[in-house]
Amino acid sequence: MEPSTLLSVRHLHTWYELRQRVFGRAGHVRAVDDVTFDLAEGEAIAVVGESGCGKSSLAKTILGLYRPTRGEIFFQGQPIHAANASLLRWYRRQVGFVQQDPYGALPPFMNVRRILEEPLIIHGMRKAQRAERIREVLEEVKLVPIEDFITKFPHMLSGGQQQRVVIARAIALRPKLIVADEPVSMLDASVRVEILELLRNLQSAHRLAVIYITHDLSAVRHFSERIFVMYGGRVVEKAPVANLLHNPLHPYTRALLRAIPDADAANAETEREVPPGEPPSLLNPPRGCRFHPRCPFVMPGLCDTLEPPEFEPEPLHLALCWLYKDTKP
Amino acid sequence: MNNGLLQVEGLRLHYRTTQGVVQAVDSVTFTLGPRQALAVLGESGCGKSSLARAILRLLPRNIEVYDGCVRVQGLDVMPLDEERFRRDVRWRQISIVMQAAMNALNPVLRIVDQVLEPLLVHQGVPRAAALDRVRDVFQMVGVPLDFLGRYAFELSGGMRQRVVLAMALVLQPPLVLLDEPTSALDVLTQANIMNVLKRIKHDTGTSFILITHDIATSSELADRVAVMYAGHLVEISDAGHFFHEPLHPYSQKLMASVPRLRQDTGLEYIPGRPPSLIALPQGCRFAPRCPQRFAKCEQAPPMIDTKDGRQVRCWLYE
Repeated sequence: MEPSTLLSVRHLHTWYELRQRVFGRAGHVRAVDDVTFDLAEGEAIAVVGESGCGKSSLAKTILGLYRPTRGEIFFQGQPIHAANASLLRWYRRQVGFVQQDPYGALPPFMNVRRILEEPLIIHGMRKAQRAERIREVLEEVKLVPIEDFITKFPHMLSGGQQQRVVIARAIALRPKLIVADEPVSMLDASVRVEILELLRNLQSAHRLAVIYITHDLSAVRHFSERIFVMYGGRVVEKAPVANLLHNPLHPYTRALLRAIPDADAANAETEREVPPGEPPSLLNPPRGCRFHPRCPFVMPGLCDTLEPPEFEPEPLHLALCWLYKDTKP
Repeated sequence: MNNGLLQVEGLRLHYRTTQGVVQAVDSVTFTLGPRQALAVLGESGCGKSSLARAILRLLPRNIEVYDGCVRVQGLDVMPLDEERFRRDVRWRQISIVMQAAMNALNPVLRIVDQVLEPLLVHQGVPRAAALDRVRDVFQMVGVPLDFLGRYAFELSGGMRQRVVLAMALVLQPPLVLLDEPTSALDVLTQANIMNVLKRIKHDTGTSFILITHDIATSSELADRVAVMYAGHLVEISDAGHFFHEPLHPYSQKLMASVPRLRQDTGLEYIPGRPPSLIALPQGCRFAPRCPQRFAKCEQAPPMIDTKDGRQVRCWLYE
């Protein structure tokens, strides 16, 4: 582990048990299946994938909302996967959560002051200090003049302003890590850019590490340094943003990139290539590589029987794919 | 242009609320020909969904103003009474795929019965013939035929969206309105649905009005683009010109806020917020946020025709 490592995730598994009434266990939904990575202080990563690929489960496990089924999470060297109540309490000061739907994430019966005060009270901050902290964070998320906003209720704010309140709440305890689950997907394009810029500024001002969960690959380069691509519960490719966008290695990543249009009138002339089939069931994932039933490069006898390990065909660019079996594992 | 499929002139739809009158659709004028796809772009609250509802006369009860002219294949449909409009225009001439319609499928009906319904009700087709037609449409939109007897909850989001599309196409209307048809779907599913729409447009010559906030995806289908801001159309252009170089300052700003996958351009956002549709500014509605504003913007600009056949509501092009 590097000295600057903030979060270290090792072989993380989050499985949900399905029960049947008579016979007990019916199986497991393998939402997160063997995920390993390190996150440095102040680093931003984006986890992209389609719905049901396990990205939100990964986020919630890292946040400590779900207990991992197997595997380890270390935060500044502390074992979060086996945390007792006091360690968990400490950990929850260190991580902030920015939810997808700002309106759903804000209690409708509390005004902005009360919403921001709540975490401060829970973590035992004194009254005078609380008022000061609330002013600070509202200024940081640019909800100024503060007096105009502090007594408002969530329904009186626009979507962008609501998301700013959610962000203010997430940073109120001065965390070192923010987990943002689709922070802008409910917002209009122009407001989206404002919020992403705000998060980027907060990140550098406070040396915050950020994990973005998103399905929007085209915006990723504007807010993160590395991209993880998830498919069927696994991270199938990890790379710095530019490498991934210019030289995607995993066939799934390639398919994903090909499916995303840029605004151009020529798009209307041609059809897009889309791999056949649907994402795998996480209850009964296919043997071997989880993408093999849809993959144009499938090698029978290999891809459909053995799970690929992580290969590193380029420095820092890792892919879970047998195509790269001759490179460094 | 009298041979247009759809002509809309001075269409207005204002709602009455306790706070005042909401001018959701205001003096909207455009035409659409056969085999054409028009994308209506705009941010939330600009009135684009209300425009679809105004065209198809799917109105709530709190209407303050609803007037203007809507001609479908030359016939002015505004004077038609509700029953005739329902029988002759809605679904026969113009159908709609509503926003999040895939979640509105009836959970206790098999999908085949839901898609059959318009054929039985509107056209009185015998059930056997109707079933053949449903099979054709399912093939067209890419729903496997063994899904006919399934229920909505047994299908994925993409498949449900195809079923909803099949419902809109089953009477072969010349025009289909699509209100955010892919915004709840994943990237690959979205690409699949857009492929289906392209194929339908090419093979059957159906016209589309695609209402969306997703500019990149709209370029997959659009021949023409209309941009809506605060209840007005502010620009109507062919897709080629528009995606290359939009005219209206709002369109330009909107395009600059869209991240591109294949180009590393800086992103911009539009300072300020769209005006409330209850208290609209005098003059140009975008002027308070416009970087190119000048004295004349205090008067409301008309739709101005440019030399290359585009229309823009901005004094810069006078």
